[in-house]
Amino acid sequence: MSIFINETSKVIVQGITGSEGTKHSKRMLASGTQLVGGVNPRKAGQTVDIDGTAVPIFGSVAEAMDKTGADVTVGFVPPPFAKDSVLEAIDAGIPLAVVITEGIPVHDSAVFWAHAVATGNTTRIIGPNCPGLISPGKSNVGIIPASISGPGRIGLVSKSGTLTYQMMYELRDIGFSTAVGIGGDPVIGTTHIDALEAFEADPETEAIVMIGEIGGDAEERAAAYIAEHVSKPVVGYVAGFTAPEGKTMGHAGAIVSGGSGTADAKKAALEKAGVQVGKTPSETARLMSELLS
Amino acid sequence: MDLFEFQAKELFAAHGVPTLPGITVTDADAAKAAAEKIGTDTVVKAQVKVGGRGKAGGVKFAPTPDAAREKAQEILGLDIKGHVVGTVLVTQASDIETEYYVSFLLDRSNRTFLAMASAEGGMEIEQLAVERPDALVRVPVDAGTGVDLAKAREIAEAAHMPAEVSEKVAAVLVSLWETFVAEDATLVEVNPLVRTPTGDILALDGKVTLDDNAAFRHAEEFERFADSSTVDPLEAAAKAKHLNYVKLEGAVGIIGNGAGLVMSTLDVVTYAGEEFGGQKPANFLDIGGGASAQVMADGLSIILGDPAVKSVFVNIFGGITACDAVANGIVQAIGMLGDVTKPLVVRLDGNNAEEGRQILADANLSIVHPVDTMDGAAKLAAELASKGN
Repeated sequence: MSIFINETSKVIVQGITGSEGTKHSKRMLASGTQLVGGVNPRKAGQTVDIDGTAVPIFGSVAEAMDKTGADVTVGFVPPPFAKDSVLEAIDAGIPLAVVITEGIPVHDSAVFWAHAVATGNTTRIIGPNCPGLISPGKSNVGIIPASISGPGRIGLVSKSGTLTYQMMYELRDIGFSTAVGIGGDPVIGTTHIDALEAFEADPETEAIVMIGEIGGDAEERAAAYIAEHVSKPVVGYVAGFTAPEGKTMGHAGAIVSGGSGTADAKKAALEKAGVQVGKTPSETARLMSELLS
Repeated sequence: MDLFEFQAKELFAAHGVPTLPGITVTDADAAKAAAEKIGTDTVVKAQVKVGGRGKAGGVKFAPTPDAAREKAQEILGLDIKGHVVGTVLVTQASDIETEYYVSFLLDRSNRTFLAMASAEGGMEIEQLAVERPDALVRVPVDAGTGVDLAKAREIAEAAHMPAEVSEKVAAVLVSLWETFVAEDATLVEVNPLVRTPTGDILALDGKVTLDDNAAFRHAEEFERFADSSTVDPLEAAAKAKHLNYVKLEGAVGIIGNGAGLVMSTLDVVTYAGEEFGGQKPANFLDIGGGASAQVMADGLSIILGDPAVKSVFVNIFGGITACDAVANGIVQAIGMLGDVTKPLVVRLDGNNAEEGRQILADANLSIVHPVDTMDGAAKLAAELASKGN
């Protein structure tokens, strides 16, 4: 088992013919993902060569699903066109849409999220501004390097791409059921809580690492959820203790404003929920290793 | 991007939110001329991006053009909570019968938008929320359906706006929502929205925050509204090179790849710095996934150009980018810059880390100090900064 994606996931790429889309399609295919097609209305009917594999291009997400049985789409569509591409995926009713694109205006994300809710949340959205997710050895959807870690017992959910890589690297001897990068934007589809709920239900996941950062109150809400609903051990890390107020730190959502969204408040909430919080990424990894030894 | 009041009001006016005419000036004589042109009693208002201007003496009534000149003289150069006033808005004065509050903003927690409104405006909204929480209503707004007149009436009614103004307030709310959406704002706030003795509704003040991610849709405004006077010169130089840089207070220059890793690096350096007289990071700099030699050189040149920097910590996790490529980038960057004397502590981990470390060792650069772990590297960078001069 794993969460959200597994060896049966059939993946299509929106924006496969762009440079990022092509580059990461290669890497996904190389790591064993069942990549069954791409979407580009202007190149429908053609194929694109991805390292010797002829990947068919379809005119729409709905057509790609119809022809290939795809149940996951991953988007590398540039910000001006990202909203329409996600709305299209939702309207096609695909179960999972992973949005890698960074820099989508928040009004656009709010609109596609509202549309997902209005259509009964038949499409799970992960992202935007995220590295995607990997169930090592089964499927890799997005840009997480498959070489960092193999399969194992840890579930990981993180707002940050590189901290995901760092943590997977430090814990590669134990391995991961699934690592999910949920993204650093103010409005995202899948939250820490959604991933925690899925990891709690996944028999292969024995313990969970949760990585957060300054801004918003997602970590505080996750802490409350953990206290109520999560029986598996959780180790946490929060980045941005020393970030100044009112400055956006790289991620659009990473900002302390009006005294709220601080790392201290998030750490305190997690600890109150019984989560051990590491002071550094290495200490966090050590806490997890000790827990599982 | 936060806007000045006069910029916010320009956007309001463009979308039909009622405002009074005003002219921005940067010297007292121009304030007098502006008041003459407006031709009524005026108010001279400091243009700073911080609350509490009135209390700090930054907003003054001027019954004559000479008074406008005098008040502008008093206000220009004033330091309001660390913001020095360089521009004042000379605007038509208005009699006020009642003050209200209305705003739309992003509600991150609920992944939607929120209307806030109160029939008791005037005071700072944070203060109102604490002192009279029942007087401030919060009405969720669906991003898909937005605010039409019916929704606007619902908001006005929930806020207990008096019957005789509720229809006018609702019309303002519709225009304000149009501003919010059309301009890609994350906040539009009118405080106060006033009723005049003659029954008119006017936005006397305005606060707008625009979404930086939407700059591509509003290129002209983002360029025109950019405030070069308060931007740190290093931040401006970094922005020109498309680098994600924030100037901080300390002496340890930081370069990393990925926003989360760089934030984490700032924390780890601060902890390590406690042992060395409280050394702190000098900046946030995320060079992103690519980390080519050119990007590394651009980043290094910004950081080494900061006189406060005594040591540099380059913290790279090789994910998509391999560490050997990053190491080559560092060596080339140092070559491109020439004459680099400040110590560089380099931690490479992840993809091809061994090869990367070997490249650094082979380059045999005396200023480069490779360290295998993030914690160890942070400690050395803090120590070297404490010894720097």
